[in-house]
Amino acid sequence: MSSADVALARPPGMLRASWLVASKDLAIEFRTRTAFLSALVFALLAATIFYFAWDSTAVAAPDLAPGVLWVIFTFSGLLGLQRSFGVEQADRAIDALLVAPVDREAIYLGKAMANLVFVCGVEAITIPAVMLLYNLPLGRGVLALAAVALLAAIGLVAVGTLFAAMAVNTRLAELLLPMLSLPFFVPIVMAAAGSTARLLAGRPVAEAWPWLRILVAFDIVFVVACTLAFPFTLEE
Amino acid sequence: MTLPLTNDPAALQRAARANGPDWLLLAGFAAVGAVYVRALAFTPPEAIQGPAQRILYVHAPSAFVALYLSFGLMAITSALYLWLKDEKLDRVAESAAEVGLAFTTVVLVTGPLWAKPIWGAWWTWDARLTLTLFLWFIIVGYLVLRGAIDERGMRARYSAVLALLAGFLVPFIHLSVYLFRTMHPMPIVLKPSAPSMPADMQLTFFSAFVALTLLFVGLLRARFRLATLRDLVADQEEAT
Repeated sequence: MSSADVALARPPGMLRASWLVASKDLAIEFRTRTAFLSALVFALLAATIFYFAWDSTAVAAPDLAPGVLWVIFTFSGLLGLQRSFGVEQADRAIDALLVAPVDREAIYLGKAMANLVFVCGVEAITIPAVMLLYNLPLGRGVLALAAVALLAAIGLVAVGTLFAAMAVNTRLAELLLPMLSLPFFVPIVMAAAGSTARLLAGRPVAEAWPWLRILVAFDIVFVVACTLAFPFTLEE
Repeated sequence: MTLPLTNDPAALQRAARANGPDWLLLAGFAAVGAVYVRALAFTPPEAIQGPAQRILYVHAPSAFVALYLSFGLMAITSALYLWLKDEKLDRVAESAAEVGLAFTTVVLVTGPLWAKPIWGAWWTWDARLTLTLFLWFIIVGYLVLRGAIDERGMRARYSAVLALLAGFLVPFIHLSVYLFRTMHPMPIVLKPSAPSMPADMQLTFFSAFVALTLLFVGLLRARFRLATLRDLVADQEEAT
């Protein structure tokens, strides 16, 4: 065996392994596109339904939009998260993943990365669409809003991926995921909607800062905690 | 009168019969009854709030038991379970969750009953109210999760992970709802200055804490024994 072969046979490191898991999930999603399209269509439909659920003469669009956006992302995110471990159930594909010579934490991080791409993809199309449909002004705040969207997505995905891994093994399966995740999404939705509202109102970014700090702290705590907790959710 | 933690069901049955009634639980109920007789008949009414204030003697101690004792116990035993893998810890967490759900429900029912005449609204999205409501949701989710898993080891691991993460979540919910202004009465007894409550009321108030804590311990122990027996029965069925 040449030295190149030996190098190839060595198990991948943590980051490389998680990237391999993520790219596998993204390849499946890219080829089928079922979950992404359904989440995206759901998000756009929900945006139009929300518009008609309120009296637009009584509630101004900029006041309505932050809530609408973050409720939509929460629920469309759940659609993607359910699939994340659902695809591993068919033919017990999860077993193959578990016997692979990679850390359990890397499987979680890979799954979470794929879900993050998923949620950010939905956000990247829905935010401009809502801006357009609701006639929202957004000048300098656009970069800050993108940062809020990314930070919130990290938090949603960190918690959601872990609970999706758990829910899929229970008798209630996907029905359990919203019940477990939504209480954990509360601080994220509040912080994200709070900072979005200030950015849309044209306030300086500094006013959104207390909310952003909560988002950053949430992301750090839950990415670490969920990564460490994930191995406990796998069969031993 | 402790139930032996043995795996021999015959010995367990003998012990259960020999134990007789659960005196601790009965004492808990009796103490709560006595405190409420005192609260309703022998404690002067509050000058401004009138009779509505008496609900404090149920509400505040229940909140203490639900939020600090039950939820704290649930989170701590869950963390310890993941570390030590002792089934007893999982049973304590399970019992604390179920008893805690009862106390949290009492808090959420008595709060609005008081708030309607005093604040003029059944509910406000104040920091403490919101936090309590979400703890209630989390405990319900925890119990539903337990009910949805048959395999005992997996049930213990999953619910421990959930309870541990819920422990991390509490400060975040608190912090984010606190960015809204709070309307809840501030502490009137446990505060740096002297308690602003007459001695009569204080005695009732503290007795209520003791009585409800006693009831909590009694219920917790009864529920823990039930969980132990259930697991032993499951072991027996598996063995045969």
